[in-house]
Amino acid sequence: MNDHFEIPGRLKNTSLALIAVGVLTLIGGIATLLMGHTDVDKARFWAVLLHDSVFFTLITTVSIFVQAAVSLAQGAWLVAYRRVPEAIGANVWIFAIILTVVLFLIVFTVRDAHGVNPIYKWVTEAEPGKDKILFGKKVFLNPVMFVCFTLASLGLWAFFGRKFRSLSLAQEKAPVNDTKIYWKVFRLSAVFLFVYALSQMSTAPWLWVMSIQPHWFSTLFSWYTFASSFVSGMSLIMLWVVYLKNQGNLGLVTKEHMHDLGKFMFAFSIFWTYLWFSQYMLQWYSNQPEETVYFKMRQQGPYSVIFYANFIINFCMPIIILMSRPSKRNYFTVTFMAMIIIFGHWLDFFQMIMPGPLGEHWHINWYEIGIFMGFVGILIFAVSRTLAKSSLVPHNNILLKETMLHVA
Amino acid sequence: MGIKKFAVAAYDDEAVLFPAVKKVRRSGYKIHDVYTPFAVHGLDEAMGLKESDLHIAGFIYGLCGTSTAVGFISWIFTSDWPINYGGKPHFALPAWIPITFELTVLFAAVGMTLTFCYLNQIMPGVKKHVFHPRQSDDLFVMAIELNEHTPEAEVTAFLKTTGAVEVNVQVAESGWWYGRWDKKEPYELAAG
Repeated sequence: MNDHFEIPGRLKNTSLALIAVGVLTLIGGIATLLMGHTDVDKARFWAVLLHDSVFFTLITTVSIFVQAAVSLAQGAWLVAYRRVPEAIGANVWIFAIILTVVLFLIVFTVRDAHGVNPIYKWVTEAEPGKDKILFGKKVFLNPVMFVCFTLASLGLWAFFGRKFRSLSLAQEKAPVNDTKIYWKVFRLSAVFLFVYALSQMSTAPWLWVMSIQPHWFSTLFSWYTFASSFVSGMSLIMLWVVYLKNQGNLGLVTKEHMHDLGKFMFAFSIFWTYLWFSQYMLQWYSNQPEETVYFKMRQQGPYSVIFYANFIINFCMPIIILMSRPSKRNYFTVTFMAMIIIFGHWLDFFQMIMPGPLGEHWHINWYEIGIFMGFVGILIFAVSRTLAKSSLVPHNNILLKETMLHVA
Repeated sequence: MGIKKFAVAAYDDEAVLFPAVKKVRRSGYKIHDVYTPFAVHGLDEAMGLKESDLHIAGFIYGLCGTSTAVGFISWIFTSDWPINYGGKPHFALPAWIPITFELTVLFAAVGMTLTFCYLNQIMPGVKKHVFHPRQSDDLFVMAIELNEHTPEAEVTAFLKTTGAVEVNVQVAESGWWYGRWDKKEPYELAAG
């Protein structure tokens, strides 16, 4: 059994090339969009950075959530490839830093020609003379709250991501069958789920994404973004597991384990659709102008292509392709669907974020794709480095025997 | 179905049961069924049972539910009794999705439950022969169907070598039945 992962030169070069593309795109973006003449170009520059950094932070944080949820449920099925979510979770801090920088630059420095913040209108417009509704929401929607919640959420996520990995590595050095660390992880998992419920599942998406259109609100918005990031986060773990298996690692992972991950990709695609539709249907039915304005732009306006593509990619394709048992146990279909799902939810976040600042002037062009590639490069580079640092098999994990016998 | 003769072996340990099942299959005897007090992982594979097609039936029941709901609601609200609800179009698909979903689940669930009962030959009021009263308590019971090529004495002797704690021969109805079943007749049948 090959339990040590050495980064193949090709993977390293690919990731570095992707990062280079990202950096070049960022420079190009600064030169053409940020230094451009129109407010829309400047807004596009920031909105795309915001979109990708939010998306990648949320989907990598899912790995921490999965570890915590499975540890708390005392599940063994994850142990066979535990190092993958650990490695992804331990690198959340990179995306957290990028996201913090982007968010704070947007909130504190970006203003358009009229002195209005083009992304978060509530930063500048929440005054009695300017926007009465936003003034009424100022108790929550203000820069101080924003900074506090952002720093607390991202800091705690980054901390727990690294903590879970270091505890898991400490278990390797502990005496055989010692349960001290196991119960420590168990208790910390409960704490993390509490933190996660108050950040990712409520306040963080309100502040980072929903407040882009601050007049509109939806009470299940955070659940909806959670479903979106959870299914893409599971797909991300699946991609790494398939990659490592193709490299000859992760000998313990059988089709039964893959089947479990496949079930998550399938089931949570349906869960996402349930929330997506619940949000849409209630507002369609009550038909109140302040609510339907959100969907007017997306469903009937310039974003209708993305709106329907979103539904087809994120619901129709998973339900048709991943429904049968053999397709969830086939390396090709799960890899293909994992990439499709990640792309689909990237589009989902795109249509959450872009209509506010850009209106009808949206693009998926060199800049959007280049920045996305840059983030993918950072992810591959960082995660593969972490994976190579330790044995891929948690030899001393007390649930190792159980995970070997796992049947889906 | 029908009244048949079975050699019945009871085991008191999973670790004995698995090799026994493999040995019986290798010797070419036909396993009628294995009764266990709890779900034993991997036993279906050891017995060589093929994967159930119940989920395909479930899919078809679900599609029936979906089409029933969409068809019936759209017929009512567009042609039979169109009513203007708050200015919504008559063909108001989003409003029907919850009901469509519920009917899909209902059809799939009820249909699959009934199909499951049929496949396992269980139903309220239906009787089945119990090979050993302790098969739902602490014994793993294997029943092997006997025919003219598998003499009783040979099979029971063989089963004793597999580690069974108890071996006997029973004449039983292999399927299900309603009401009373007179056990007199099959015993005579077995003797003759």
